[in-house]
Amino acid sequence: MNVVQQSINRFSSFLGDIGDRFSYLLTDLGNMGIFLLFSLAGLFRRPFRLAELMKQVAFIGADSLVVIFFTALSSGMVLGLQGYYSLSKFGAEGLLGSAVSLTLIMELGPVLTALMVTGRAGSAMCAELGIMRISEQVDALECMAIDPFRYLISPKVAATLIAVPLLTAFFDVVGIFGGYLAGVKLMGVNGGAFYAGMEQSVTNHDLRLGIIKSFVFALLIVWICAGRGYFVQQIRGAGFGAESVSRITTQAVVLASISILIFDYLLTAILL
Amino acid sequence: MHSSTEPAVRFVEVVKTFGGADQCHRVLDQVSFSIPKGMTTVIAGGSGQGKSVILKLVLGLLRPDAGSILVGGQDVPKLGYKALQQVRMRFGVLFQGAALFDSLTVFENIALPLRERTRLDEGGIREKVEQTLDQLELGGHGQKYPAQLSGGMKKRVGLARALQLEPEIVLYDEPTTGLDPVMTREIYDLFARTQQRLGYTAIIVSHDIPQVFELADQIILLNRGELDVFGRVEEIAYSRKPFIREFAEKTMGLPTPGRI
Repeated sequence: MNVVQQSINRFSSFLGDIGDRFSYLLTDLGNMGIFLLFSLAGLFRRPFRLAELMKQVAFIGADSLVVIFFTALSSGMVLGLQGYYSLSKFGAEGLLGSAVSLTLIMELGPVLTALMVTGRAGSAMCAELGIMRISEQVDALECMAIDPFRYLISPKVAATLIAVPLLTAFFDVVGIFGGYLAGVKLMGVNGGAFYAGMEQSVTNHDLRLGIIKSFVFALLIVWICAGRGYFVQQIRGAGFGAESVSRITTQAVVLASISILIFDYLLTAILL
Repeated sequence: MHSSTEPAVRFVEVVKTFGGADQCHRVLDQVSFSIPKGMTTVIAGGSGQGKSVILKLVLGLLRPDAGSILVGGQDVPKLGYKALQQVRMRFGVLFQGAALFDSLTVFENIALPLRERTRLDEGGIREKVEQTLDQLELGGHGQKYPAQLSGGMKKRVGLARALQLEPEIVLYDEPTTGLDPVMTREIYDLFARTQQRLGYTAIIVSHDIPQVFELADQIILLNRGELDVFGRVEEIAYSRKPFIREFAEKTMGLPTPGRI
């Protein structure tokens, strides 16, 4: 009887634990959903913080140019070399331009740009908001009847939505140039064939897919990174103080990166 | 001593709990009290007794599980977003760590509520902020960043920011944490002078006992979800509750009646 009672207790505790976790998950998702809605609504609330928007665009966009340049150049050059190696087996080196450009525009450009921005600007966004939260700066805004979404979050949302697609376009251009350097200048592929292949194979639909992806990824970055920082004190297991900010920043970068990869597949499957 | 008019803030049977069903911690258990207008109320009690929770409930940053919190006749937990914003405009808050914005200068921190919540032009804002800087002995520090200020200076800047919208009620959350005794005395003197000049209602949450009691017109002691309200410091010593008697002995050195 005692053993049976113990088993029942353990099972009910197990069920309670599952229920508790599920309830927490729903609350967390609800918070994040409301966060997204309020952040987007804040974009249209006056007074607009144009100076802050410009500052954020510079931080997320202009300050990321160097890291994006080197990522794009190396990715493009690797694509050029590997593409040449694969295509030359079939005597199809002339297709190198279309292979490099399509891969970069539809896939690598948006994904790698988003991942680099997540690591560089997303983490900073999360840490900044987390510190503002634990040092009561967000509470101070609310107490002054200043909407923290309009004041703090929305400029970051707008800036990310502006900067990430522009950085993606920059990535594509530099990446294609890298592919050209490796394929044409190093491996001796015909330059005219490289450009002609690119011109013939890249369509508006391919460009549109890349642009849509970059917008969706931008939204994911700012939503997850800013949202985790904003709710740092409500996240279970985050700890307290500076430790909570560091843990949540790591969690936000991982979560945003995984979300980008999942959405990349979903968008490709739906829009291709 | 107490004003006969409507209180500035009124708690009616407020309940607030934290934690899940298995680890429920009842911080406030059907507590009722009033904060009289124009007076200074000090809320004291041990750590984790819910002192700061009271401030957050008043501001609508937390919602109670039950009960009413009345500010100017309006029940704060039931207010919509815009009405809550209007109620918050009646408050000024000085946070424990001052909660200054690190990326803004002292001047910009103090000017923030004026820029965001008033229609004053830049000239008017400059004039008002500089006047406040002088009144709080912060002249010459306007272009410094919070990281360049001492703890006491940060509190002054926090107070300056809290007073910009001419609030009816000023809340102080552990205002002297991290300050030495001399600075603590200076800050309390500053609070007293500023309140005398501007005539607002002050609510001070503090563990700086007995120093903070010198400012008090009313004292609220919190213990395990319940509270007791006293008009004068000496009344505390005459309480029959064991907790209060122990508190009086340990924190203020007041003899309990049995030992007088």
